[in-house]
Amino acid sequence: MGMDFSTLRTLISRYCVGEENWVDSRTIYIGHKEPPSGTEAFIQQRYPDNRIVSSKYTFWNFIPKNMFEQFRRIANFYFLIIFLIQLIIDTPTSPITSGLPLFFVITVTAIKQGYEDWLRHKADNSVNQCPVHVVQHGKVVRKQSRKLRVGDVVSVKEDETFPCDLILLSTSREDGTCFVTTASLDGESSHKTYYAVQDTRAYNTEKEVDSIHATIECEQPQPDLYKFVGRINIYMDNEPVARPLGSENLLLRGATLKNTEYIYAVAIYTGMETKMALNYQSKSQKRSAVEKSMNAYLVVYLCILIGKSIINTIMKYAWQADTNRDEPWYNHRTVSERERHILIRAFTDFLAFMVLFNYIIPVSMYVTVEMQKFLGSYFIMWDDEMFDEELGERAVVNTSDLNEELGQVEYVFTDKTGTLTENNMEFIECCVDGHVYVPNIICNGQVMTGAGMDMIDTSPGPGAREHEELFFRALCLCHTVQVKEEETVDGIKQGIHQGKSTSFYISSSPDEVALVEGMKRLGFTFLRLKDSHMEILNREDEIERFELLEVLTFDSVRRRMSVIVRSSTGELYLFCKGADSSIFPRVISGKVEQIKARVEHNAVEGLRTLCVAYRPLSPEQYQEVCDLLNGAKLALQDRDRQLAEAYDLIEKDLILLGATAVEDRLQDKAADTIESLHKAGMKVWVLTGDKMETAAATCYASKLFRRNTQILELTTKRTEEQSLHDVLFDLSRTVLRQHGGMTRDTFSSLSGDCTDYGLIIDGATLSAVMRPAQEDSNSGNYKEIFLEICRNCSAVLCCRMAPLQKAQIVKLIKASKEHPITLAIGDGANDVSMILEAHVGIGIMGKEGRQAVRNSDYAIPKFKHLKKMLLVHGHYYYIRISELVQYFFYKNVCFIFPQFLYQFFCGFSQQPLYDTAYLTLYNISFTSLPILLYSLIEQHINMDILKKDPSLYRDIAKNSLLRWRNFIYWTVLGVYDAVVMFFGAYFLFDNTTFTSNGQLMTTNTQMMFGNWTFGTLVFTVLVFTVTFKLALDTHYWTWINHFIIWGSLIFFVIFSLLWGGIIWPFLNYQRMYYVFMQMLSSGPAWLSIILLITASLVPDVVKKVIWRALWPTTTERIQRVRDKREFERALAYHSSDSLLDDVAVTET
Amino acid sequence: MMATSYNAKDEDGHITVSGPGGGTLRSRKPENTAFKQQRLPAWQPILTAGTVLPAFFIIGLIFIPIGIGLYVTSNNIREFEVDYTGVDVSSPCFNCSQNYSWNSSRPCTCTIPFYLEQPYEGNVYMYYGLSNFYQNHRRYVKSRDDSQLHGDMDSLLTPSKECEPYAFHDKKPIAPCGAIANSMFNDTLELFYNDPNGTKVLVPLANTGIAWFTDKYVKFKNPGGDGANLTAVFQGTSKPVNWLKPVYELDKNSSNNGFINEDFIVWMRTAALPTFRKLYRTIKDAKVIPTLPSGNYTLEVVYNYPVRSFEGRKRMILSTISWMGGKNPFLGIAYVTVGSVCFFLGVVLLVIHHKCGNRNNSADISN
Repeated sequence: MGMDFSTLRTLISRYCVGEENWVDSRTIYIGHKEPPSGTEAFIQQRYPDNRIVSSKYTFWNFIPKNMFEQFRRIANFYFLIIFLIQLIIDTPTSPITSGLPLFFVITVTAIKQGYEDWLRHKADNSVNQCPVHVVQHGKVVRKQSRKLRVGDVVSVKEDETFPCDLILLSTSREDGTCFVTTASLDGESSHKTYYAVQDTRAYNTEKEVDSIHATIECEQPQPDLYKFVGRINIYMDNEPVARPLGSENLLLRGATLKNTEYIYAVAIYTGMETKMALNYQSKSQKRSAVEKSMNAYLVVYLCILIGKSIINTIMKYAWQADTNRDEPWYNHRTVSERERHILIRAFTDFLAFMVLFNYIIPVSMYVTVEMQKFLGSYFIMWDDEMFDEELGERAVVNTSDLNEELGQVEYVFTDKTGTLTENNMEFIECCVDGHVYVPNIICNGQVMTGAGMDMIDTSPGPGAREHEELFFRALCLCHTVQVKEEETVDGIKQGIHQGKSTSFYISSSPDEVALVEGMKRLGFTFLRLKDSHMEILNREDEIERFELLEVLTFDSVRRRMSVIVRSSTGELYLFCKGADSSIFPRVISGKVEQIKARVEHNAVEGLRTLCVAYRPLSPEQYQEVCDLLNGAKLALQDRDRQLAEAYDLIEKDLILLGATAVEDRLQDKAADTIESLHKAGMKVWVLTGDKMETAAATCYASKLFRRNTQILELTTKRTEEQSLHDVLFDLSRTVLRQHGGMTRDTFSSLSGDCTDYGLIIDGATLSAVMRPAQEDSNSGNYKEIFLEICRNCSAVLCCRMAPLQKAQIVKLIKASKEHPITLAIGDGANDVSMILEAHVGIGIMGKEGRQAVRNSDYAIPKFKHLKKMLLVHGHYYYIRISELVQYFFYKNVCFIFPQFLYQFFCGFSQQPLYDTAYLTLYNISFTSLPILLYSLIEQHINMDILKKDPSLYRDIAKNSLLRWRNFIYWTVLGVYDAVVMFFGAYFLFDNTTFTSNGQLMTTNTQMMFGNWTFGTLVFTVLVFTVTFKLALDTHYWTWINHFIIWGSLIFFVIFSLLWGGIIWPFLNYQRMYYVFMQMLSSGPAWLSIILLITASLVPDVVKKVIWRALWPTTTERIQRVRDKREFERALAYHSSDSLLDDVAVTET
Repeated sequence: MMATSYNAKDEDGHITVSGPGGGTLRSRKPENTAFKQQRLPAWQPILTAGTVLPAFFIIGLIFIPIGIGLYVTSNNIREFEVDYTGVDVSSPCFNCSQNYSWNSSRPCTCTIPFYLEQPYEGNVYMYYGLSNFYQNHRRYVKSRDDSQLHGDMDSLLTPSKECEPYAFHDKKPIAPCGAIANSMFNDTLELFYNDPNGTKVLVPLANTGIAWFTDKYVKFKNPGGDGANLTAVFQGTSKPVNWLKPVYELDKNSSNNGFINEDFIVWMRTAALPTFRKLYRTIKDAKVIPTLPSGNYTLEVVYNYPVRSFEGRKRMILSTISWMGGKNPFLGIAYVTVGSVCFFLGVVLLVIHHKCGNRNNSADISN
């Protein structure tokens, strides 16, 4: 909500500046120094100050704004309307009955939100007032943070937090770098390196910094934390120099400076325009399937409510057409009432009936559902089994709205690397020109031996030796690995690295670390990057220095990276490494065939392969390259596209050197988890950017594909031979032939005697399938055919996927005609799009940063935890909330339907059956706690069984407990109970003298009971029936259940005794005085209460028992098995062979 | 994937970074308590045919005897009912029911002879019953002022708005106000036993002990306290429009006069359904045994209360009671019915249990 307002505010502020001034980029004068005249005239923009406003309310607008926001919720609005009707017209129940609960809910919410906002205000104030150091006229001046303006030069010291988004000008470190942790922004606690602008990094005193004369052009603020493009124009000697600025120069507000004494930086985005503030934006709300059914039910009940009111109104006027009924002599209207127009009277009557029956849609349901979700999610966080010792992390719940959706998942989309696999890479081998090198010491490179390699193939000749060394050097140079020396690690000694190595490699890509470490074991050690020079220790223990000229960074579209280096002898090289598919097309020479064979061999083994190539550059070529790159880097718009084009031109004409193989081990119990998900009826799709063979091998290892799985391929290779059209139809024919014979019986497909299918599709083919129909009419149903094939495949592997394609796939499945519930799980930034797209997004706390976790709905440390998350927690939450929803409607039908029936006996006069206190408290206190508790701790089957037998998950698939059939059953049950209760009491009162036994035992007089006793009798039966019904549904009786269930019944009795025991001075009526006690002093009342409760409960019990016996669900069968086991244990224990009644056993 | 960028990242960042890594590691670990791990010891009952069977048989076995007992008890209760509305021309009260006006000075009386076939023993209760009288109409139910009836002086003079249009008459507050009070039943019923020897003996009827104890002594109070002179206290108030006498002349007995008049209190407890009966008198201190011998009786009615305008009926009921109250065949029948249904269901379940139980068991074992 607040997010909406902050964006609104920025929008408004933008428009206040004026439409004509709104431009795509902004220009900042560093230190507010005007650029020298003659330069392009920039439009001066106004920027907000550095005040952060995360609070929603001010002292003055809190009440109106908060009320407004609360009543925007449809439920609250409904109750407000009911309350207002009660205030305005003469209604059967006092406004208190609906006003009090509403007031309670609203107040509690308002207090909670007010408190949270007060905390935000406090935090805002402390942030806005904290001092920052600004360089003005060569001196450091203290300022309050909120007074900071765009263009100010700020000095930040170690461990301080950046007050706004800054461009790094210079640091205390000579190389112009600084370390930063962004823990508060994205949760990544590791240190990241940021770089000062090349030309200003020497200016590292106040005076010098103040002398910088430059302007910065950059894009307008946008929320992506990892994207920034800008340009700095430096006017030294009035000769403007333009340098590119990227996200590596941008220090974000909220991040903290580490390991660097101080920095100077210039403010570019302030206040609400900082990336942190823009990121307050909440993700789009996901709604669960249960919530949707709940809303559908609500609509039904609203219709019932209106229907009932209309029926009653019509009946009323039909009935009282006779004036002697309308106004008999004993019951006249007041004059004013009589004079009212008939239509107004009818309308008021209609509203009055609405008010009388409004409890059928209970306020408390929303509160209870919210509480259930909020409190229930703690069980996920508390789960010991989802705690990972190694990471020290436990499951995180980012939204509690989707708990039950975890029990409804039909499609699981999983990333491969880091999700199925450890993302813990180990260098296995490399292949240079067909010669295979394997480091002899496989363990983690602790012991270094110079001659540590086996040559499987024949020893290479002298010419090959040169190639071989070039290959090793290429791997040592072509990466973005950093060397972390021990003293930079906050002085904490690390046991793991106590050995000889005093430094270790860090990189955001574990592959690179594995490669560099592998090289170390093969004799080439990357030492460090210093002053743009990379130092390598070669096999002869000599240090070789290469000047790092350019880095063509990795991206997932290009799937390769390159570096351009100059050796000490002055030769220029471009080294390129990347996926085979992205390297081979660009290779012009080298032993392509051998290497290709080896790469394929390795891929089948499930290893991750990379190819390495190089290209010697002449100085002229290098110059060309530089021009290309600089041109692209300086572009403000479309920089990414221009860079990609430049890279494409540079990385060509390569000479292939060799290939590497890195193993990524499967995560612990990944195979077991996948198997369980399969058994649970979920379709598992692996979406990966890896090459097909590698991914397929992983899929076999993780049991996604089993040995008898028939693999269908839908890959570029096939579509090259046949047209896509033919391939698709071929596949669908294969699939449908098999499945056409047998019905879609889930159990038979489980039993394994039919072949199940696995589909492999690659990114290119997928985009061909997804391409919208234009050219010919046939292509329109490609999607449909594809979906049809997918539906019949138990496992699908999509390889070579771009991040956006992952989301597309999820979207495609989501939108297919069954609207299945999807779950996406991944660990990296490339999975974020699908995590956001899927119904449930799960992040893995992996090695590729915290972005997936931040954007997910739930986060778990390891893939294996998904099993418990879905099979146990998801299942429980679904069972719990569906019972909660059904039960709530049921108990309110029971509650209100007798009132409806009573109208037929009181002349449709809207006379309430129950006393006001009962009307108000029924949902709030008499029947609320047991169901809340049930919905928190019910376990219909033991956790261990749920985990052991995943097929139980199928029992609740497709929202099975909230189908209309079930809903109607519950409603009918409610109506039946209501009829029993009402007419039971009716016959007791009607044809006999239903009486009380007297004046507190003094005499045996018969006393007459009135209408309030009638209502109280019905209400007593009602409260007990409804509570017992829940007790019958409870399968898991802890002491808390006993306490709450019996406690709430006792509370009802005590309350009733008290309520009728005193003449309450503040009430203007005393109709309940002694009613409850008089009722209890009558024998028939007791007998009829017992009778009616029994009669109400019997049908449900019988239905349950018969269904269980005749058409048991898997769940019920398992429960029986458990029962039997206990039974057998008991038999063995008693060492008796007589068949005991299993009642005796289950009841012990 | 190789998401390489300048964002160098510590391989195992969470340990190396800032301060007491070990401490935070411990605290992240969830507590291993039975509650948090959802492993509280619990009783896990399942409703199966086997478990429910005995319960059904037991319910059947308990309910059927109770039902029979109730039914027999109820049947032993003597009850006699006579309708004296006077709808038929032949009815003795026909004339009275025809010429009706509230303020007629000359009361209309009629006598209804009836014959009790069996003697009534023990305490006998006399009720009046009204039909088609909507005492539970919302406008009617709320048309009273409980604080006025509780003896509150302010409410006596300024009755609650709920009493409208029966709150003021001739600008004087009505006491007791409201529609309920205004429409109080005002027929007088007297019972005579026609001795076989020809004399007509008045059966003594007690008009106290017919209201709830708490109503009489707590909820209803005369204004001005116990000993006050009611005539003076009710000075300045008006009698309800339909009443013949003001409230302080309901009874000569001062402990049964004013608001604490038991006939009044009984009337003020609004009935649940449009057909109802209310306790009118008790016959208990009878010297003769049985209380009402079988024979001919005459009911003398002072016919004041008009019901024909709304097609109502008036009845007089004589009844004895048992421990379970008045005549009440419903409860007994209901108990027998529910009991037999349960018993029958028990049998059905037994069959199912034997047939399907075995089948399922074998299926389970194969699983």
